[in-house]
Amino acid sequence: MELLNNLAIGFQVAITLQNLLYAFFGVLLGTLIGVLPGIGPVPTIAMLLPITYALPPVSALIMLAGIYYGAQYGGSTTAILVNLPGESSSVVTCIDGYQMARKGQAGKALATAAIGSFIAGTFATMLIAAFAPPLAEVALKFGPAEYFSLMVLGLIAAVVLASGSIVKAIGMIVLGLLLGIVGTDVNSGLQRYSFGIAELSDGIGFVTVAMGLFGFAEIIINLEFKGTREVFTKNVSGLWLKWKEFKEILPAIARGTAIGSCLGILPGGGALLSAFASYTVEKKIAKDPSRFGKGAIQGVAGPESANNAGAQTSFIPLLTLGIPPNAVMALMVGAMTIHSIQPGPQVMTSNPKLFWGLIVSMWIGNLMLVVLNLPLIRIWVLLLKVPYRLLYPAILLFCCIGVYSIQNNVFDVFLTAAFGILGWIFVKLECEPAPLLLGFILGPMMEENLRRALLLSRGDPTVFVTRPISAVMLGLALALLIVIALPFIRKKREEAFQEA
Amino acid sequence: MTFIKSPKDFWAGILYIAFGTFAIVVALNYPIGSAGRMGPGYFPRALGIILIALGLILSLRALKLHGTPPVFGVYKPILVITASVVVFGLAAPFGGIVVATILLIIVSSAASDEFHWKEAVISSVLLAAFTVAAFSYGLKLQLPVWPWFIK
Repeated sequence: MELLNNLAIGFQVAITLQNLLYAFFGVLLGTLIGVLPGIGPVPTIAMLLPITYALPPVSALIMLAGIYYGAQYGGSTTAILVNLPGESSSVVTCIDGYQMARKGQAGKALATAAIGSFIAGTFATMLIAAFAPPLAEVALKFGPAEYFSLMVLGLIAAVVLASGSIVKAIGMIVLGLLLGIVGTDVNSGLQRYSFGIAELSDGIGFVTVAMGLFGFAEIIINLEFKGTREVFTKNVSGLWLKWKEFKEILPAIARGTAIGSCLGILPGGGALLSAFASYTVEKKIAKDPSRFGKGAIQGVAGPESANNAGAQTSFIPLLTLGIPPNAVMALMVGAMTIHSIQPGPQVMTSNPKLFWGLIVSMWIGNLMLVVLNLPLIRIWVLLLKVPYRLLYPAILLFCCIGVYSIQNNVFDVFLTAAFGILGWIFVKLECEPAPLLLGFILGPMMEENLRRALLLSRGDPTVFVTRPISAVMLGLALALLIVIALPFIRKKREEAFQEA
Repeated sequence: MTFIKSPKDFWAGILYIAFGTFAIVVALNYPIGSAGRMGPGYFPRALGIILIALGLILSLRALKLHGTPPVFGVYKPILVITASVVVFGLAAPFGGIVVATILLIIVSSAASDEFHWKEAVISSVLLAAFTVAAFSYGLKLQLPVWPWFIK
């Protein structure tokens, strides 16, 4: 009953004309930018973030959530039509989606992705509404020691579940934590790592870091890589499914949704991992696995549902614990802080309108995606035809204006250029930038909780293992690291990420 | 340098060691305090030590494990794109976003192998018009539009 009450509050907030419009524009802009090849959700959100500064907090978050879904869906569209995943979680969609497009079934693949995403999104939203309150209640009992250990567990889990070298990824987290320290120390008022530069006294802006590492670096790498892209734009017709086809994909959608909802809550590549897992499951249980990789519709339906469900449930750790499980959620934390909302378990009680309004808007955003994308697909296709040589200067421009407008200061523009160079080096050395962004956002929080925990225990570090909840979380983090170091599991993990 | 078997890991390790050392050296100026009363220098030093340790593991391991070398060789995009952003930053406060946009688009377009002067100029003017319309008038961002001498 309480759930219905809460949802009613949410609907009251979300179904105002103003907020519906912001959700709509968010989805529209997110798709518009997300559909551009080579731009994932992180730079998309970073780029569009300045637009939301002037809005009231609820509307701003609603619009951002819309942008996120739009960017996600835009990524699937490019995956299917151009074989270019906008982000890692649509890598899997490329496999069969692109093959379907080559067979002239692009419309069918796009419709499958949209319908699957909508069903998954609806289910996952219900899940958030049901599980967020009890989880937040638990989190409210956490002290600084528990919070510190939770962050350690979150960060470790985030790198274990993502692909790539663990040592490298943990290094990136630590580097991010260090970058997060830059600026005035809240306790002593001392300026750290600001080298007398006035612009650094407030710390490095997270848009600057995200835009440089993800936006600029991606453009540079794309320009280095010379390959011809084949865009399937001629046969985008028949954007609907027959009842028989719908029945065919429904089980795959259901399985994908279930997998995505569970895995999405976990930190790290929730969406990525769930897409991979779903694809593997579909392939395993198919009567004729050889169809996979050659345009099997289940190979689109499952992973697309899974990654959307995962994208949705990854809001759970953010909204209940205040801990971002992935790079996109890290940006959301930054956005909330700008509107002076400290994400965490207290938001639900102190600001129920914002909390439930956001959740209901998630569902509305998903609905808008289907309503918006199927009719507008021709416009997105048109965008895909714009050659990259005209596209990337425009992307670069919007990044620059976005960064410049945050504080009306060109220092941020130069800093973004520097992060672009750093991002380029990271790509060359195969260092994933996502853990860095997580560390960067969590840095100040982690230091503060560590400091408080040790202050309360009078400098006794055993506080982290004598408090049961904290001990369990640190134990889990350690167990994850040990498990992943076992040769057998390590091999399995590498296989799992290479499977597709 | 044949003793480095996995150059990507090796150089990533060196990068971590460098950053970690730098972090510690700077943090030496900040009071460290004690675990119970942590000073502003405590956390950065701890992170620096961890980063150096991770860097050492990576670099030393790279002498044993095999890996592919990083692919370098194409430097035009990184140089031209970075330069175009710097030009934008230099031009914006004095020349306004119209001039800055035009410069950014023309310079950054040169990073592509399919660069055409005419195309770059036309697209820069169109984008400048769009920028002013969308950001200055549409979103009402307080950015200087025109150069300082036209006010």
